Amino acid sequence: MKKLTALLLAGAMVLSLCACGAATQTADSGNTDASTTTETAADTAADTAADATTEEASDSLDIKVGFICLHDENSTYDLNFINGAKEACATLGIEPIIKTNIPEGQECYDAACELADAGCSFIFADSFGHEDYMIEAAKEYPDIQFSHATGTKAHTENLANYHNAFASIYEGRYLAGIVAGMKLNEMIEAGTITADQAKMGYVGAFTYAEVISGYTSFYLGAKSVCPTVTMEVTFTGSWYDETAEKEGATKLIQDGCVLISQHADSMGAPTACENAGVPDVSYNGSTKTACPNTFLVSSRINWAPYFEYAIKATANKEAYDTDWTGTIATGSVCLTELGDSVAEGTQEAIDAAKAKLQDGSLHVFDTSTFTVEGKPLDSYMADVDTDANYEGDHEVVVDGYFNESGAGFRSAPYFDLQIDGISLLDTAF
Amino acid sequence: MIKKNKEPLFHLVKRDTLPRHIRILIRLGAIVLALILCAALTAFFTGINPIQVYGSIISGAFGSARKTWITLQDLSVLLLISLALTPAFMMRFWNIGGEGQVLIGGLATAACMICLEGKVPSAVIMILSFITAVLAGAFWGFIPAFCKSKWNTNETLMTLMMNYIATQIVSFFIIVWEVPKGSGKIGIINQNSHDGWMPALFGSKYMLCITVSIIVMVFLYIYLKYSKHGYEIQVVGESENTARYVGIKVGKVIIRTMLLSGALCGLAGMLLVGSINHTITTTIAGGQGFTAVLVSWMAKFNPFTMVLSAFLIIFMKRGAGEIATNFGLNQSFADILTGIILFFIIGCEFFINYKIKRSERHDEKGGSEC
Repeated sequence: MKKLTALLLAGAMVLSLCACGAATQTADSGNTDASTTTETAADTAADTAADATTEEASDSLDIKVGFICLHDENSTYDLNFINGAKEACATLGIEPIIKTNIPEGQECYDAACELADAGCSFIFADSFGHEDYMIEAAKEYPDIQFSHATGTKAHTENLANYHNAFASIYEGRYLAGIVAGMKLNEMIEAGTITADQAKMGYVGAFTYAEVISGYTSFYLGAKSVCPTVTMEVTFTGSWYDETAEKEGATKLIQDGCVLISQHADSMGAPTACENAGVPDVSYNGSTKTACPNTFLVSSRINWAPYFEYAIKATANKEAYDTDWTGTIATGSVCLTELGDSVAEGTQEAIDAAKAKLQDGSLHVFDTSTFTVEGKPLDSYMADVDTDANYEGDHEVVVDGYFNESGAGFRSAPYFDLQIDGISLLDTAF
Repeated sequence: MIKKNKEPLFHLVKRDTLPRHIRILIRLGAIVLALILCAALTAFFTGINPIQVYGSIISGAFGSARKTWITLQDLSVLLLISLALTPAFMMRFWNIGGEGQVLIGGLATAACMICLEGKVPSAVIMILSFITAVLAGAFWGFIPAFCKSKWNTNETLMTLMMNYIATQIVSFFIIVWEVPKGSGKIGIINQNSHDGWMPALFGSKYMLCITVSIIVMVFLYIYLKYSKHGYEIQVVGESENTARYVGIKVGKVIIRTMLLSGALCGLAGMLLVGSINHTITTTIAGGQGFTAVLVSWMAKFNPFTMVLSAFLIIFMKRGAGEIATNFGLNQSFADILTGIILFFIIGCEFFINYKIKRSERHDEKGGSEC
């Protein structure tokens, strides 16, 4: 009998444990419900907006669109695309098909073809390594429009249905750099650091033009308000490696960097900064909730304007740009809300610079603001047309500035110069 | 005090070998139970109709002609790697280095395609790709086998470490060959010339992998079951001492078998690079070198049964993407379902081998303590 009683008791305990588990679960689902409600509210707002636009855009938008993402919404990079896709599709009143976790291999071609088989007439892929496979799919389906973010080959492939898109995110990073520079100035004035100690750190993924263009513009933004600033850059060799990014940021902080920014997609660097109490400029979206004490600002590309533009054109059977570069004016380049610890007057400084960038009186890569190996830059042949030997093929210095992502070139960045004031700690990648 | 005979409530009894149809019935029953549990969990946690989820998984694997072909191709690659590992595991040589052997074979193929483009005819590149990939894979299998037979090193650790070396060598060459500079990507190799791209077979680009894996499957079945080599592998696997006693040179068998195992992995690498992806990345094997271990063991090293166990894994993987797209469920959810199904399938082997008996009471001593 004893044994049976023991069994029964054990059973009862397990059951009560389950009950506790269930109770927490209910609480959890309570939270989820709350967030769903807010989402629904947002959705309804979007829907009303959608209704308004659908009325004027006529009802020709009954097309299917497909999106291919490298990871899922757990990666800030892909989340940014997924949000953009959902927003644009809500505005246009269509339902997107989103394929997540598609690696940069034949799987991308397969996914694109499966979307084509499913009746999509606009197919988009979000990661650099997807490009070649999208081109293969574009060759196979000439009647379907294929768009690819961050790619470099559309302008040389001569395919009418293959397009590249990017945004002048270097302008966003320049503005974020101003926020960083203002913070450094505040630290210098407060006496926490001397003007010579104003050294920033930057965690990059690869020594790729997109990253170089990004950290250089960030640095130039900071330098425009804090002339003594220097910067150290480290590379992780991966677009998403939380451990490596965290270690990279920690290494930079130990090296004396008093402010950190990044071009890699995980929370590694912001977390390291929050732990060490070092101000941080993040990327792809706000990290304010996770890092309330150190978050300054984040720049990101808003993809919704591009998706709306390209999907509308596809639906109306109109040709659209082979290389499309979103700008501040198209709403593609955004800064998030500022963190609580930014220096006074930051918002005003951003607004002033933003206005100048928009009216063309200010260029991020103004050759009078930086030197390369001690000399000003008069001329540079950039590797705009991708080739295996990395040969420069276009003169990109015009009217006293480096024409990044300029009209007639390509949308993806090609600024790959090593300017003075920035030192690279490792260039293995 | 009466000394009490402590007896557990239940005890296990080894069963005699069950008839074949009963064993199959038990396994089918396990799968059905697993599906019911999966359905219950799906409904409970996601609130989605599990029948729809199952339908989605099936349509993800077979929803269109293209999807069916891709499923078959993925199946053939996993099958090939599983077949490759089988001789080693039969010999109880824990070759968990399939990943590295596949990678190094793929790297050899990529090197042939990149370095020889335009210099020699495409057919020559293909033949060289084949030879170098097989040799590279065999070499990667040879190193741990040699060390094992010579110095009795631990092959589990060694093959595992060889994986990391292969990954690092591949990342090194990716940086050598990357286009554009700094991107860390090679992209499609010879995208315009198609030099060194493996040919389509029977008018379908998917058929090459499928045909190769079928040939290897039949070959391996005959090799393991009817050849002297196969017999030696089994004896070494059962007991090295017995093998030595009957005059089998154990070291030689280990090296020979690992050369075969590595060579077949290299072949899989060649197909992944030359026929399917036309690029090389550090993740091109995608963990299949490890999954293959499971596939091989679940099939009890029978090459034909391996088709079924590999199919189960690939079927769920292909379905995973589909349920992620259709229901916004994370890919991990399909992994959970796969895990449950595997748990039941492996777990049911226990009930095939043992039965559970309620212990008889021993009341003779009069100590009725119940």
